[in-house]
Amino acid sequence: MITLIVILAIILILIIWFVGIYNALVRLRNQVKNGWSQIDVQLKRRHDLIPNLIETVKGYMTHERETLENITAYRSKAMSATGIGEKAQAEGLLGGALGQLQVAVEAYPDLKANQNFLSLQEELSSTENKISFARQSYNDQVLFFNNKIQMFPSNIVAGMFSFKEEEFFEIEDPAEKAVPKVKF
Amino acid sequence: MWELIRANRRRSVLLFMFMGIGLILLGAAVSYYFNPAGMGIDGIIIALLIWIIMSLISYYNGAKILLSASKAKKVSPDVHPQLYNIVEEMKIASNLPVMPEIYIINEEAPNAFAAGRDPQHAVVAVTAGLLTKLNRDELQGVIAHEMAHIYNRDIRFMTLAGVMLGSIVLISEIFLRGMLFTGGGARYRSSGSKGGQGQAIMMIVAIVLAILVPIFAGLLYYAISRKREYLADATGVRFSRYPEGLASALEKISGSKIEMKTANKVTAPMYISLPFQKGKKAAAGLRSTHPPIQERIRILRSMQGAGFLSYQEAYKEVKGSGSHIIPGSGLKETDDPGIRKAFDSQDAPSLKTVKRNTGDLMMTVNGYTFIDCSCGLRIKVPPDYKKNTIICTKCGTKHRL
Repeated sequence: MITLIVILAIILILIIWFVGIYNALVRLRNQVKNGWSQIDVQLKRRHDLIPNLIETVKGYMTHERETLENITAYRSKAMSATGIGEKAQAEGLLGGALGQLQVAVEAYPDLKANQNFLSLQEELSSTENKISFARQSYNDQVLFFNNKIQMFPSNIVAGMFSFKEEEFFEIEDPAEKAVPKVKF
Repeated sequence: MWELIRANRRRSVLLFMFMGIGLILLGAAVSYYFNPAGMGIDGIIIALLIWIIMSLISYYNGAKILLSASKAKKVSPDVHPQLYNIVEEMKIASNLPVMPEIYIINEEAPNAFAAGRDPQHAVVAVTAGLLTKLNRDELQGVIAHEMAHIYNRDIRFMTLAGVMLGSIVLISEIFLRGMLFTGGGARYRSSGSKGGQGQAIMMIVAIVLAILVPIFAGLLYYAISRKREYLADATGVRFSRYPEGLASALEKISGSKIEMKTANKVTAPMYISLPFQKGKKAAAGLRSTHPPIQERIRILRSMQGAGFLSYQEAYKEVKGSGSHIIPGSGLKETDDPGIRKAFDSQDAPSLKTVKRNTGDLMMTVNGYTFIDCSCGLRIKVPPDYKKNTIICTKCGTKHRL
């Protein structure tokens, strides 16, 4: 009788433990998804701002045709990209081109005085910041989730219900790569 | 990050227990003084009632009281898009569930505070002077510090602790004043022979408690308040990943000689920097709610990264090797996000521009509309202007509204 109770108790504890781990995994996966949607909102916002920006600067920036064409091309590429890795790459290129534009603007004082451009610039740079902050917190969530999947004993539960590791969102800034850092 | 909040919570419970014991002792001593037969029970009940009522009021209306005392106005995103953007950036970085409400205070002195009992009911208020004096990175540093207060649940804690301190001070003042007024309270006691020496000792104990309990409760409260300011700096930098932003903002804030008109002794602890000159002089002392601002700046500037560990190292460097500020559990995080690049390299605007922008901003907040006349004059139309047209006072052009 006592052995039966002990066995039942152990089974019960195992079930509770199992459910606990499963729920933790689901919660972490949802947090990763939520983190991703935060990034996605900001990426969409960036794509929406670009046509307006191009329209505003076109009249002023007569010598930057190539930069502007690049931005438009990268934008449509980024919009059609699927999968986290591909998106990260396309967005990196787009970010680099926008950075070039920011630098080029310095040569056009008239543009810098344009109220419409200034408010667009604030929106755009804020969106860039939001993307980078959202990326940081998404990557933190991914790290928690992946750790949980790899570590014992939660890896057993993760394997049974085929929880898959999530991908980090790493945007490479081509501008940072292109310029070699020189220290004196 | 949650570990830090939990460590804070454990410490808060301890503080409340100490202060609560002080409150009960005080209540008991006071009532024993006037009525030895009651054994102090009625005094405890009255003290607890005062405390509970004051706590309930400040818990549910603290933010409202603070905002109306500082005459802050709630603003929509389009009044100052940059401010709204920065708050949203910090909301994303901190992973808080909702956007706090944004208020602007009609003051030239640069300052800011956060209020609200939990992240769902949070408020961030900044002065007009802060918005015009700081560049984008500096403003982000200040907002990050305020969001850190919300994130660390500092506001609820400091409000409730402040109320408890207030109750203690209130009871002891009433007692000490009442005693002076009634000439030692001796007349209230029953015939002299009954109590004897024991009672005389209890009386002295009551007076000593009435003097000492508020002082010690105060010191405890101020020490914790200073610690929370350092922690908010550390947490804020973890959010914005740019310590120099907050450091140079604090430098500008401390450099300003303008005093806030709407701040008072009660609301002062809520601000990022003490709003009066008088408070700043005593800032190094034990009776200050804020750590010395120069020290905060030095710590921020010696940070090597943007994580808690870096803040801890910098704190040690400035305050001496034995000191620590972040609870051990908060240091378990090994990932340091690293300091990001500066965003805003704009030159500081001239004093005249700052003054004009502050004025314009306050008019926008108060519902004024602006019309730029072709002669260069900017016409400011008050919100209660009824007519459809307005005539430029300089060139006489008629403008339609």
